[in-house]
Amino acid sequence: MKSVAVEVLRYRPETEAEPSFDVFDVPYEDNWMILDAINHIKDQVDGTLSYRWACRMGVCGSCGMMVNGKPVLTCATYVEDVLPGPVRVEPLRGFPVVRDLVTDIQDFMVKLQRVKPWIIREEEKPLAEGEYLQTPEELEDYKQYSMCINCMLCYAACPIYELDPEFIGPAAIALAQRYNLDSRDQGREERMDVLSQHDGMWGCTFVGDCSVVCPKKVDPAGAIQRYKLDATVDWFQSVLMPWRKR
Amino acid sequence: MVRRSREPVLWAMFSGGGMIAALLLPATVAVLWIAAPLGWVEAPSYEGLRLLFLHPIGRLSLFAVATLSFFHWAHRFRYTVYDGLQLYHLSQLIAILTYSIAVALTVIAGFVLVTTG
Amino acid sequence: MAKALNAGYKRHYPKWHRERVPIFWWLRSASYVKFMFRELTSLFVAYAAGLLLVQAWVLGQGAAAHARLLNWLSHPAVVTWHVILLATLLFHTVTWLNLTPQALVLRLGRWRVPKTVVWAGHYAAWLVLSLVIVCLFVGVA
Repeated sequence: MKSVAVEVLRYRPETEAEPSFDVFDVPYEDNWMILDAINHIKDQVDGTLSYRWACRMGVCGSCGMMVNGKPVLTCATYVEDVLPGPVRVEPLRGFPVVRDLVTDIQDFMVKLQRVKPWIIREEEKPLAEGEYLQTPEELEDYKQYSMCINCMLCYAACPIYELDPEFIGPAAIALAQRYNLDSRDQGREERMDVLSQHDGMWGCTFVGDCSVVCPKKVDPAGAIQRYKLDATVDWFQSVLMPWRKR
Repeated sequence: MVRRSREPVLWAMFSGGGMIAALLLPATVAVLWIAAPLGWVEAPSYEGLRLLFLHPIGRLSLFAVATLSFFHWAHRFRYTVYDGLQLYHLSQLIAILTYSIAVALTVIAGFVLVTTG
Repeated sequence: MAKALNAGYKRHYPKWHRERVPIFWWLRSASYVKFMFRELTSLFVAYAAGLLLVQAWVLGQGAAAHARLLNWLSHPAVVTWHVILLATLLFHTVTWLNLTPQALVLRLGRWRVPKTVVWAGHYAAWLVLSLVIVCLFVGVA
């Protein structure tokens, strides 16, 4: 049977001050994913290995890890594509490590809420008037940004987030765009206030790796640059045409 | 919440400069400072260059290209210095320095283009 | 076999590990290196703009002064340096124009102009403007 060496980062805070690597020789079959190899380790070799996973089909966004230095969904990455090995598996970069491959994602959860990712209406129309209708073209405007599964690979790819953890980050800004571009939403100004702060969009320098690693082709880098352009147009309008409501 | 009101202006100048530099500078450098000195094309005459550079339209265009290029540099260099060298505690100082240099170079550009020839 | 407890560990309190960011973090991947180089092309952009100003100034000082500048410009070392300058400016142009469609969403009425069209449009503009510049300088020979 074929086998591959897998180096897994282990961090056991109760006994170790620093993380280290355990090497496992994992037998694998055709079409095995990295996640299958990690599951094999936990089931057959060392049950104390900790990591997150759920759906195994690239939807839940919980199995993101660094594989050979790149952030990937381990359920969507073939073992065969990272041969000959050794394959190095580490927790997502930029986040504090709780244990082994498990990171603390509280920071991201708080940031998601800060951009108000829900439909904001100045006034809700009464139920009797029916639903808010939307054309297929209007759906197309934001659909790409709504594909985000919150897997945080973009945060792990972003050097700015790693350097300055205050930076609100790629997925949160893309999600803000998702609602700004929704024809039913009226919260653009509120979100612009949030993202125009010191930790908002201006920290981004368009490295662009967030869009490269995104498993759902959301293109957060594009979303952030569009935001900067919007903010700039807003500013020029407010100076040149102060009478016009932004 | 107070928006960072300077960033949109600085970003506009950065991207304007980036676009102008991308579209105009390679051809200018290739002809003026490589092909002509090497004799690949007939060197522009002194009078011809004077006309191009020092006609009021030429002066204005040069001022726009120079100023936007300087601010393009200032903006990129500011972020590169504090991200690249991890000097977040000095970010204010670095911003003041880089944009001040761009402002100084703009003043020099204005002086040169108003007073020369 | 129980291992000795880590001295800094307190039960039920999380003890996170935070990886330090390396000083040369931008050497970690090819795309970070490319990014760093892309940002540093701005130095060359500023130099080119500065030298254009110098040439404008010298042109105003008379034909003899300009001849001295041309003499300096044709020194082999200076030409070599300007070939390097051109290479960095081309890198700036290509990276800049390739990223533009990501930031710029153009609409004609309800129709969203496809990214490839925005991309091709910018390259076409670059080509046309470059030809205009070449014609201007060659035309005044």
